[in-house]
This record gives sequence, structure tokens and C-alpha cells, in this order.
Amino acid sequence: MELHKIGIAIAWIFLYGYLIVASIDFGAGFFSFYGKLTKRDHIINAIIDRYLSPVWEVTNVFLIFFVYAVIGFFPDVAYMYGVALLVPGSVALLLIAIRGSFYAFANYGARKNTVYLFVYGVTGLFIPASLATLLTISEGGFISVDGQRVELLLHQLVRSPYAWVVVLLAIVSVLFISASFLTYYADRANDTEAREVLRRFALYNSLPTIFVSFLAFFTIRTHNPEHFERMLSMSWMFMASLACFLLALALIIQRKWYGTAFLFVMLQFAFAFFGYGRSHLPYLLYPYLTVESGVTSDAMGVALIAAFVGGILLLIPSLFLLMRLFVFSATYVQGRK
Amino acid sequence: MFAFDQVIAARLLTSLTLGFHIIFATMGVGIPLCISLAEFVGLWKKDVHYLLLARRWARGYVITVAVGVVTGTCIALQLVFLWPGFMQLAGKVIGLPLFLETFAFFFEAIFLGMYLYTWDRFQNPWLHWVLSVPIIIGAVGSACFITSVNAFMNTPQGFRLENGVITAIDPWQAMFNPAAPSKVAHVLSSAFLTVSFVLAAIAAYHLYRKKQHEYYQKALGFTMLLSLVFSVLNTVMGDWSGKFLAESQPEKLAAGEWHFHTGARAKLIVGGILHEDTLETEYALGIPLLLSILAKGTPDAKVIGLDQFPRELWPPLYVHYFFDLMVGLGAYLFVVSFLFVGLSFLQKRGKLTRFSRYNRPVLAAIMAGGPFAVLATECGWIFAEVGRQPWILRGVLRTGEAVTPAAYLPEMLVLFVLLYVFLAVLVTSVLVRLFRKTPPEVELEARKIIL
Ligand code: HDD
Ligand code: HEM
Ligand code: HEM
Repeated sequence: MELHKIGIAIAWIFLYGYLIVASIDFGAGFFSFYGKLTKRDHIINAIIDRYLSPVWEVTNVFLIFFVYAVIGFFPDVAYMYGVALLVPGSVALLLIAIRGSFYAFANYGARKNTVYLFVYGVTGLFIPASLATLLTISEGGFISVDGQRVELLLHQLVRSPYAWVVVLLAIVSVLFISASFLTYYADRANDTEAREVLRRFALYNSLPTIFVSFLAFFTIRTHNPEHFERMLSMSWMFMASLACFLLALALIIQRKWYGTAFLFVMLQFAFAFFGYGRSHLPYLLYPYLTVESGVTSDAMGVALIAAFVGGILLLIPSLFLLMRLFVFSATYVQGRK
Repeated sequence: MFAFDQVIAARLLTSLTLGFHIIFATMGVGIPLCISLAEFVGLWKKDVHYLLLARRWARGYVITVAVGVVTGTCIALQLVFLWPGFMQLAGKVIGLPLFLETFAFFFEAIFLGMYLYTWDRFQNPWLHWVLSVPIIIGAVGSACFITSVNAFMNTPQGFRLENGVITAIDPWQAMFNPAAPSKVAHVLSSAFLTVSFVLAAIAAYHLYRKKQHEYYQKALGFTMLLSLVFSVLNTVMGDWSGKFLAESQPEKLAAGEWHFHTGARAKLIVGGILHEDTLETEYALGIPLLLSILAKGTPDAKVIGLDQFPRELWPPLYVHYFFDLMVGLGAYLFVVSFLFVGLSFLQKRGKLTRFSRYNRPVLAAIMAGGPFAVLATECGWIFAEVGRQPWILRGVLRTGEAVTPAAYLPEMLVLFVLLYVFLAVLVTSVLVRLFRKTPPEVELEARKIIL
């Protein structure tokens, strides 16, 4: 396999990892707030806190991972995106910073504070929206490049229907992923009441997720027909995604095997996300930057891959241990320890 | 209004974020070691006071980590936004340690989660202590990797630049650049010193407030001993850094010492005022031969001065004050910790007992040492970073050439100033409330420990 393929695969795997763990976190934030508004917080918040407390820091690392993987494998991306994204990037950064700092706050029991919950909930929706916009920008048409002068065309961005569909898609997906995971988690904890509330959240967000996905599919057709053609040529991945969605939905509706259901949700997003990513190739920034033209030197590539393999060998057992201790430990989940 | 140009805005924002991050990063590097040592002593001596110490430090640590992660994320992305030209080049050559750093974070984050939430979960308490070891490895590892990137900016190698095209890239050579060993060593030792002094200052504060519980006395004795060890270690490492500069980056040392004329038997200049046009110093304390001794180890050694460099490549000469302040504060930290540890040593042998080592002037001196240590760290970084100017990559890329051409930079600066003000207020109030709400006396009671 060529270096640029390995590089983009590694970066994309990290982004997928972030998509899943961060969605759980972002959605949980929103549900906490929503639960407070609808006076159901006493039912669901204990479950949410118990899951989030030990793992929140891991979530953020995935994002940094993705950024450094891209800069390492495709250093030219740093220049174009770096210049273009100063303002929107800084705003997203600000949101991430505020959200992150509230974990410090939460640590001494401020989870019941309404202002805190509001910020926590709202940033949970805005951050995925702004990160998804990054993918929109990569479709081309929103950045003008003239030699070293790179500029983001903000007016075009806010007037693009495609951009708004992607934002919507990001939000409903976050809520769907999060709710289906938390349903499973509540089920493991034998907390029937919480499970029922969360299950309903999952169901509310299931059909919108698929509906908006179709919308995205059709809006990209007008926005970037070339990309749309490539998506069609690997349409089996999107079909597989749909199939996984239907299976997950069926299980959740029947109140069966929530763990398997969540696995299918992960697969649903894996197929869609990697299908999208594959069809996006060879462009990193349409039409200026491709993976082949932007890839780093062989020497650096080999070093990064070696680092990646070594790192993964270290991390997998550690993550496994973390999961054993918290997520899959019945005594912990049920709050007996 | 003065012209507020792009480079100044970008540099201000970078130094603001880094200056803020470094406080929490330093804590993040040093606290795990202190927690682990305290838990170790507690388990070893079966002393609940040390165990409680470890627990309370860990609780505070969570909060500093949260802010460290937030500001670290800011700096990582801001480097891309503000210095895209630098990151493009850096990505090509020094991407490896940056990438490795994230693995170290990840490793640390995973085990930190486990450590914090498993205090009473294991039958064998030593298992819990074992979890602290990977946290230390992760924290120290991330410091090593990021410092290696910074060292690369001072002594870039592992690539060739031909007509603006980078060739012959060797990422391992870039990572193990000549500045890395001394820099990593000094950054680590200073982080350990800073943290143990900050923790000592907290214990001293409680004793100063007339809380005479044994718990605080043990906390102070323990952290002061650590401070003494680390301050000796740190001075050795700082000396090594200076010798390294004399060898490989002489213009930085010369600017820090106001050493203008190359020559043997060089005088060390402390403090003073400089007349930039005549290069004469006034009111400075000059110590004969000392600069040669510090830089090369012998009084007869020749030390390169700024006269070997064209004036437009001189670093700003005000770095002298930051260097002097760092070294002065280092001396202060040594003296205070030496005094306290010496006193305890004597008193345990029944000498000098009329003079309590918990008397108010001593405690006040220790309390001042906490902020002073943080100040020394900041001074060290300002000296190291400003002393590299006008280069962002020494000899390769100038700072002015690497800055982003994007608009709205000053607005972003304002935005982040507000963010940091908010974070600073939040962190302090959270930490204060956290520890006010549950004083150690109450916790000891709750754990049914007989006083
Ligand atoms: C508690 C903090 C602290 C203290 C007391 C000292 N230092 Fe320091 N110093 C640092 C914290 C620091 C630092 C923050 O770690 C720096 C900034 C950049 C770096 O590499 O380390 C640094 C940089 C730094 C450099 C520049 C290295 C470079 O740019 O490559 C030199 C030459 C020294 N130090 C020397 C000393 C000496 C001779 C000290 C005598 C006591 C001393 N430092 C005390
Ligand atoms: C030598 C100076 C530095 C040291 C010792 C240091 C160390 C640390 C430490 C200990 C943390 C807390 C993370 C944790 O506990 O998990 C942290 C966070 C972070 N630092 Fe720094 N740092 C330094 C400078 C920098 C610089 C210059 C950058 C940017 C390139 C950076 C990027 C980050 C990032 C991205 C995080 C957040 C990681 C996460 O998401 O968990 N650091 N750093
Ligand atoms: C964590 C400890 C660090 C601190 C406190 C620190 C502090 C500073 C300060 C004060 C400046 C401003 C210099 C000036 O305005 O003249 C600066 C500049 C800069 N530093 Fe560092 N620095 C640290 C480590 C690093 C590392 C590890 C990197 C690289 C990854 C880095 C990259 C930069 C860049 C790109 C600039 C802006 C360009 C320049 O002024 O040279 N810094 N830093």
C-alpha cells in the first residue's frame, strides 16, 4: 500500500474514533440539559455522570490525534487550512475550551447548576456542527486560493444549503449515537427508568438521522457532482450502512440486545463515514490539494507508521483495562463501587 | 494608535497561550510524581496522613489537568492557525515527536481515569499505586516529546533546504537534535521543583493560619525535602543548559549575559542597566571570571560574544533580566528549602529546639516560594523563546516570514484574552472552594482516623 493511503487511513480512523466517543459525550451533555428542562434529570443524570467521569479526557485526545496525524502525514494541509480557518477555527476552539473547562467545574458538584448545564448542553451541539463544517469546506467552493493568499468565503458558506444539511446531520447523528449508547449503558446498570427515557431519545433521533443523511446525499449532488459520482460507485457501503441502521432500530424497538444494537449503530456510522471518506479521495481540499501531492516524505511516513504501530500496541491493552474497569464492569456501572 | 502589526498580534497570542499553558503543563508533569511518592510512603509506613495527602493532591490535579488539556488544545491548533508556514515545515521534519506526544497523552489519560476512580476498589492497595506509574510515564513522556520539538526550533537538523525545497528528511535525527538532552533535563527538573514548592507553599499556608495538625507538618516536611533535592538537581541541569548554549547557541547566552566582546576570562554581569547605543552597562554587579567558568568550566575559556553576529540577528537584549530573575529565584528556592530541611534535621536530633521550624518568617518564605517557582518557570521560557529571536527556526526561518496572512488576528487575540481571564478566575475559585468545603480534618474524621 502506498504511504498516502496508509496516512489517510490512520487519520480517518482517528476521526472516526473521535466521532463515536465525542458524540456520546456531546449528546450526553445535551440530554443532561434537556432532562433538567423537562424535569427528568433525576432519572437520567446519574447514569450520564457515571459514564462520563472517568473517560472524558480520553475524548479530547482523539481530536488532537487527528490533527497531528493530518499534519504529520499531510503537512501541506497545515498551510491551507491554517490560513483559511483562523476565525471559524478559533471560535470552535473557544467552544471546546469552555466546554472542557466545565469539567473542572463539574468536579465539585456543579452538575446541578443550570447555567453550567446550559453551556454544557449547547456547546455539545455547536461543536459537532462547527467541526462538520470543516468537512463541508473540504468539498471545495468555499476557499479561494491565489498563490500564498488563501481565503475562506464565509458568505458562500452560510448561503449554501449543503452546509446547513451537514450541520443538521451532525447534530442528529450525535444525538442518535449518544442515546443508543446510553440506553445500553442504563440497561447494563439495570436502571429501567433511565433506560426507557434514553431509549425514547434514541428512537426520536433515529428517523431524522436517516432522513437527513438522504438529504445530504442529494445536496452534495449539486454541490460537488464529481464527489457524488464517486459515492455512487461505492454505493454498497452506504447500503450496508442503511442495513446496519435498520437492524439497530429493530433491536431498540423490540427492547432487545441493546449492546448489539449499539454495535450496529457504530457499524452504520463506520460504513457511512468510511464510504464518504473513500469517495472524498483523492482530494484533501477540493480541487487544490490531493493526498498524493500533499503527502509527506517516505522517511517521515515510515517513522510515523512505526510510531503508530508501537502506540497502538501500548494503547489497546490499556483501553481494554479501562473498559473492563468502568464500562463493562457491572459493579461499577450499577454504582455499587 | 500605534500600528498593530500581524507579527506582533500572532506573537502576543502565542506567548499568551503558551505562558498560560505552561503553568498547567508544569503542574501536569510534576504532580503525578509527587502523588505517587506520597502514596508510596503512605503504604510503606502505613501512614494514613500520606495517603490522604496523595488523595487530596490527586483531586486538585484533576482540575489542573482539565485546564491543561483545554489550553493545550488551544496551543496545538493555534500553532496551525497563527504560524501555518512554520507548521507546514515542522510537519515535514518534526512531525514525529508531535505525533508521539499524543500517544503519551492518551496513555496518561487512560490511567489517570483509572487511578482517580479506583481508590478503594482493589483488595491490595499496592495495585492502586501501580496505576500511578503509567501516569508518570505519560506525563514525563509528553514533556520529552514536546520539548524535543522546541529544541528543534533552536538547533534544527535532519533535513536540507535547497532553493526553498526540503530534502533529505530524517525525522529521528530531527527529534534527537543537539539541544534536546539538556533542554528536556532542565524542563523536567524545573517542573518537579516548581510542583514540590507549590505544594509546600500550600502546606505552609495552612500552618501559617495556625492549623497545627500533624497532617500539615508531614506535608510540609515531605514537600520541602523534595524541593531541596529537585532544586539541587535543577541547578545542575540549568548549568548544563548554559554550557550547551555556550557551545551551540552562543548568541542566546551572550544576549542573556550582556556579553558583547568575545574573549577569555569573561566577567558575569548581574542586573544593571544597558545603554543600547554604546553597549555600556551601569549599576551592574560584575563578577570576574564567573561567566567563563559557568559557560566552559574553566576561567581561561573563551566565551563567544555578540560581536560575532550581525546586529540584526541579535536577540532582544532585555532577555538578560529574565535570565537573572530565573537564576535568582532558583537560588532563593534552594536557600529556603535548605534552611527548612537543615532545621528539621537538627531538631530531630534535639538541637536548636528553641527555634521552631514552623515559625512565621520561615513559613512566609516558603509560601512566597510557590509563586516564585512558577515565576521562575515563566522567566525561563521567556528567556529561551525570546532569546531565539529573530528566528522561529534558528538559521532557517524567521518569525516574520512564518506568520499567517489571515485577517482578524487582533480580534482573535481579544477573544482569547477573555477566555484566559475566565479560565483563571474559574480555576482559582473551583480549587479554593473544593478544598474549603472539605478540610483535611473533616476527612480524617470521616475516615475514622484517630487524631
Ligand atoms: C523553576 C524554574 C527554573 C529555575 C529555578 C531555573 N530554571 Fe533555567 N529554565 C527553566 C526553569 C528554571 C525552564 C522553564 O525549564 C527553561 C525554559 C526553556 C527551557 O529549556 O527550560 C529554562 C531555561 C534555561 C536556559 C536556556 C536553555 C535554552 O534555551 O536552551 C538556561 C541556560 C538556564 N535555564 C539556566 C538556568 C540556571 C543556570 C539556573 C540556576 C539556578 C536556572 N536555569 C534556574
Ligand atoms: C515544554 C512545554 C510543555 C509541556 C511540559 C507540556 C505538557 C503538557 C501536559 C502535562 C499536559 C496535560 C495533558 C494531560 O495531563 O493529559 C498538556 C496538554 C496539552 N499540551 Fe502541552 N506541554 C508543553 C507545551 C505544549 C506545546 C508547545 C503544545 C503545542 C504544540 C502542547 C500541546 C498540548 C496539547 C494538545 C495538550 C492537550 C492534550 C489532550 O488533549 O489531552 N503543549 N501539555
Ligand atoms: C511550553 C513552554 C513554552 C513557552 C512558555 C513558550 C513561550 C513562548 C513565548 C513567550 C514566545 C514569544 C516570543 C516572543 O514574542 O518574542 C513564544 C514564541 C513561540 N513559541 Fe514558544 N514556548 C514554549 C514552548 C514552545 C514549543 C514546544 C513550541 C513548538 C512546538 C513553541 C513554539 C513557538 C512559536 C511557533 C512561537 C512564535 C514565534 C516566535 O516568536 O518565535 N514554543 N513561545
